[in-house]
Amino acid sequence: MTSDTPARRRARVFSRRRGAPSRARRRIGAAVRMLAALALAGGVYTAFAPGAFAEDNTQLSTAAQQGKELFDQSCITCHGRDGQGVADRGPSLIGVGSASVEFQVGTGRMPMTRQEAQAEQKKPQFTPDETKQLAQYIQEIGGGPEIPSGDLTENLKTNPEALARGGELFRVNCTSCHSFTGAGGALSSGKFAPSLHDATAEQIYAAMLTGPQNMPVFGDNQISPDEKREIITYITLQLQENKDPGGIFNLGGYGPATEGMAIFLVGITILVFTSLWIAGKS
Amino acid sequence: MKRRKLDPAEATANFAKGVDDRFQAATPLRGLLNKVFPDHWSFLLGEIALFSFIVLLLSGVFLTLFFDPSMQEVAYDGSYLALRGTEMSSAYASSLHLSFEVRGGLFMRQMHHWAALLFMASIVVHMARVFFTGAFRKPREINWVIGVLLFLLGFFAGFTGYSLPDDGLSGTGLRIASAIMLSLPVIGTWLSAAIFGGEYPGELIIGRFYIAHVLLIPGILLALISVHLGIVFKQKHTQWPGPMRTNENVVGERMFPRYAMKQGGFFMAVFGVIAFMAGMFQINPIWNFGPYRAAEVSSASQPDWYVMFMDGLVRLMPNWQIYFGNYSLPPLFWPAVVGLGALFTLPMAYPWLEARKLKDTRSHHLLQRPRDNPERVGIGMMALAFFLVATLSGGNDVIADKFHISLNAMTWAGRIGLLILPPLAYYISVRICLGLQQHDREVLAHGVETGIIKRLPNGQFVEIHQPLGPVDEHGHPIPLEYRGWVVPKKMNKIGALAPAVKGFFYPVEKPAEAPVSPAPITSSKREEISSKR
Repeated sequence: MTSDTPARRRARVFSRRRGAPSRARRRIGAAVRMLAALALAGGVYTAFAPGAFAEDNTQLSTAAQQGKELFDQSCITCHGRDGQGVADRGPSLIGVGSASVEFQVGTGRMPMTRQEAQAEQKKPQFTPDETKQLAQYIQEIGGGPEIPSGDLTENLKTNPEALARGGELFRVNCTSCHSFTGAGGALSSGKFAPSLHDATAEQIYAAMLTGPQNMPVFGDNQISPDEKREIITYITLQLQENKDPGGIFNLGGYGPATEGMAIFLVGITILVFTSLWIAGKS
Repeated sequence: MKRRKLDPAEATANFAKGVDDRFQAATPLRGLLNKVFPDHWSFLLGEIALFSFIVLLLSGVFLTLFFDPSMQEVAYDGSYLALRGTEMSSAYASSLHLSFEVRGGLFMRQMHHWAALLFMASIVVHMARVFFTGAFRKPREINWVIGVLLFLLGFFAGFTGYSLPDDGLSGTGLRIASAIMLSLPVIGTWLSAAIFGGEYPGELIIGRFYIAHVLLIPGILLALISVHLGIVFKQKHTQWPGPMRTNENVVGERMFPRYAMKQGGFFMAVFGVIAFMAGMFQINPIWNFGPYRAAEVSSASQPDWYVMFMDGLVRLMPNWQIYFGNYSLPPLFWPAVVGLGALFTLPMAYPWLEARKLKDTRSHHLLQRPRDNPERVGIGMMALAFFLVATLSGGNDVIADKFHISLNAMTWAGRIGLLILPPLAYYISVRICLGLQQHDREVLAHGVETGIIKRLPNGQFVEIHQPLGPVDEHGHPIPLEYRGWVVPKKMNKIGALAPAVKGFFYPVEKPAEAPVSPAPITSSKREEISSKR
């Protein structure tokens, strides 16, 4: 009767009765306590949890609504309702940001043709306007990195050192996959770093910011926005423009591999025929 | 007073006589100018190497006038905007200066580089010709060994030259070279430290490589090329078997004027092709590579093609590291040190190995058609298949990327190909040789297929063959002996069509009677060529 178990002491707080409570009363009490605890935990969670649920009811802008319609037609199969992802099919798009959408959809990589090592670049399936709408939708449901407005290349008249600095940053950060000339290169198991020769400034910026496919993310605390603009300046004004001296054909800029091919296909071939010709004139 | 009329012919003769009176040059010169060289297109392949070496020397001298082999750091302030202000070595800065500011400098640099690639390529092609025709047999084994050494020296000349501009690609190559040195057991660390003057990269390597590249290696190359040609001169060039050609004579053209003219023309052609490639195709755009920094390694960093087989072998080697207590033998050791060593010593030993196998101690001055020695062709094709797989694997990342193949698949294809393809190449080429031999003998025994089908009175169809020689009393050809030279297999080749159509690669006029040395006894009208000593 007078056992001092903690349960009994707690029970006393609620009822000053000294006698043992009836079985039914004990059960009801436990249920009430459980409900109270659940309500408390739930309330605290609701108060502190990130606003994923909270935004469910916020109004999408007109562009985002149009984007949602496009999304529900073309993307939902793999990326799921509200971009939450489908296991083994497509990742969640919460937090990838509009920059990612503008890169992936704008270069035709999304929608993907099939699941493989890496999405191929192809003719974009959406117009630039539709791409913007999709990007707006993804931005509004999950947030994430955005391509800044304004000029993404440096003006060489006012900032002539940008080109050399961009080149240095490019060689440190980019060449190990995209190669010195930006011609692209192989990665393991069918993955690859694409050629940069047809990339626009926006695409390069978005790629650095979001790390599409197998590319690492180069966030703003790794490569500052100014440095990103310098890299873009080097790619677009130096590597893409044909400012490269040394003949009319650079053999693709793939390095000694194609040079070795050229010496056999052109040099040796011409000279073997020349020797046939000279020896024939006996 | 009678004025003496100046006769140019007489004046030249007098001048020459005067020279001969003083230097007794006429007799040796006559022997030299009358020396007979056999003529065949495949004998000109080695000349491509010789002529590109001359282009290398000429363009190289031009480059040394502007190149500064120093690793002192400077800030670039030349005309190439994308590097302006960047810290770099003087060597790299002077290479950029050479490319952008020196008039014709970039063209000369590109000519030098293309000539280097052509030099090595023509050595390989020439070597294949010598190998497959059996031109390396006694007495020419030593010259074959010198040829292999020339390839090895060219390999090092190319590698040191590739390293000199001190750009991103050069440095990556040097790093691999230092890793190969380090992989040597026991002496590795000391060797690397001795060559780089301490820890890689140090501050000495460009200066050291410069001396090696412009003085030591070209000096040895020049000496060995002279010996190579001197031996050809002394031992006389091999020739194909054919009418009037024996193991004891040489049938061909005199050195002067025709042979010298042809060689002069061919030199111009080689020079022209190198200049054409230098003007048209960009090679080694060092400005893209930037100054060498150990942290910057680009994808598609390859050596030049003649070093690529080694890179390929290294890429294909599984990572089997062997431990001996506290010491380890890295996997790099096998392809880079053992592989390279074997790939140069085995070919050098081949002439003696073959002679020993065939118990052949005679001297050979007549070439063999490749089909007449299927084993040798098989071994040669095996070596070429090995070299090809290794070389392609050296660029397997570029192939994987441009042809959309998984890089891992390329590596495994290379590993399996390296083991499977050489024996396959051996088998296929031996079978092809045997088939060609059989067809030659068939034509010699039965004559050329005329394409005429005759129906006999009993209804049987037979094909008419044109006998190449005499026939027996039944009209059947008497089998002819194979002489080691081309057997005509088409009616056109034995004059079925009136005068054959002359093509670009065939003589337009009737071939001149070729002089023979020494003259065959049967032909009394033929002039004998001798040095009149």
